[in-house]
Amino acid sequence: MSGPRAPEPGAPLLRHRFPARAVELRSVREAVRREALGQGCAPECAADIVMAVDEACQNIIRHAYAGRGDGEIVLEIERAGEDLVVSLRDFAPPVDPSRVRPRDLDDVRPGGLGTHLIRECMDGADFAPAPPGGGNLLRMRKRISSGQEKR
Amino acid sequence: MKHTVREEAGVVVAALSGDVDLESSPRARELLLGLVRDGRSVLVDLSGVGYIDSSGVASLIEAFQLARRAGTGFALVSPTPSALRVLQLARLDRVFTIHATLADAL
Repeated sequence: MSGPRAPEPGAPLLRHRFPARAVELRSVREAVRREALGQGCAPECAADIVMAVDEACQNIIRHAYAGRGDGEIVLEIERAGEDLVVSLRDFAPPVDPSRVRPRDLDDVRPGGLGTHLIRECMDGADFAPAPPGGGNLLRMRKRISSGQEKR
Repeated sequence: MKHTVREEAGVVVAALSGDVDLESSPRARELLLGLVRDGRSVLVDLSGVGYIDSSGVASLIEAFQLARRAGTGFALVSPTPSALRVLQLARLDRVFTIHATLADAL
């Protein structure tokens, strides 16, 4: 990485770099759930974020890295006002965002549900321009819902 | 993920529990496809499933479609709220037969 490193007022709440392997996803889910609940998400809201992160990681593992076992994923969660912003960075060859689309649900078949679930669970999910050094950067946004006011 | 298989009233009941995720869903897939291939009607008890992802749901779809081609029964029983939510988001609550309780299914 190059360029000036200004102080970061918006340092991420959570930053986790992990091997792009299925066996890692359980602890990733637990970390995301803990952070989302800690930021005031109701359990249902936290569960939606957990599902979206899990499905997005699966897409990276299965498609971007195409099953290669040596890739890595960097997960960051930031707070932006009343939203949680989740970023997933990989170092795989660039994916064509137009090919990452939810499929027609009337066509009942085993694969291709993950992207649909991400879009259902989050308020926004888009690939950011390719980060320096290559790879892919997916940004997802979710409005924090506490479910009910506590006071 | 853990699983048990038992027989009740002539039907095979496969109970999955824990997390059915990218790591464990290949085992769920093999289990369910094997049971369907045996030619029996299969009930998949989801009451112990804390989390199921798209790969787990894909295993259910694959077994369901194999059973349909074979003309044998295949249904889901007592999905937890989180499992039911995934099925609903995938619009599969209208595809699968889903029973609230095992007693309803038998």
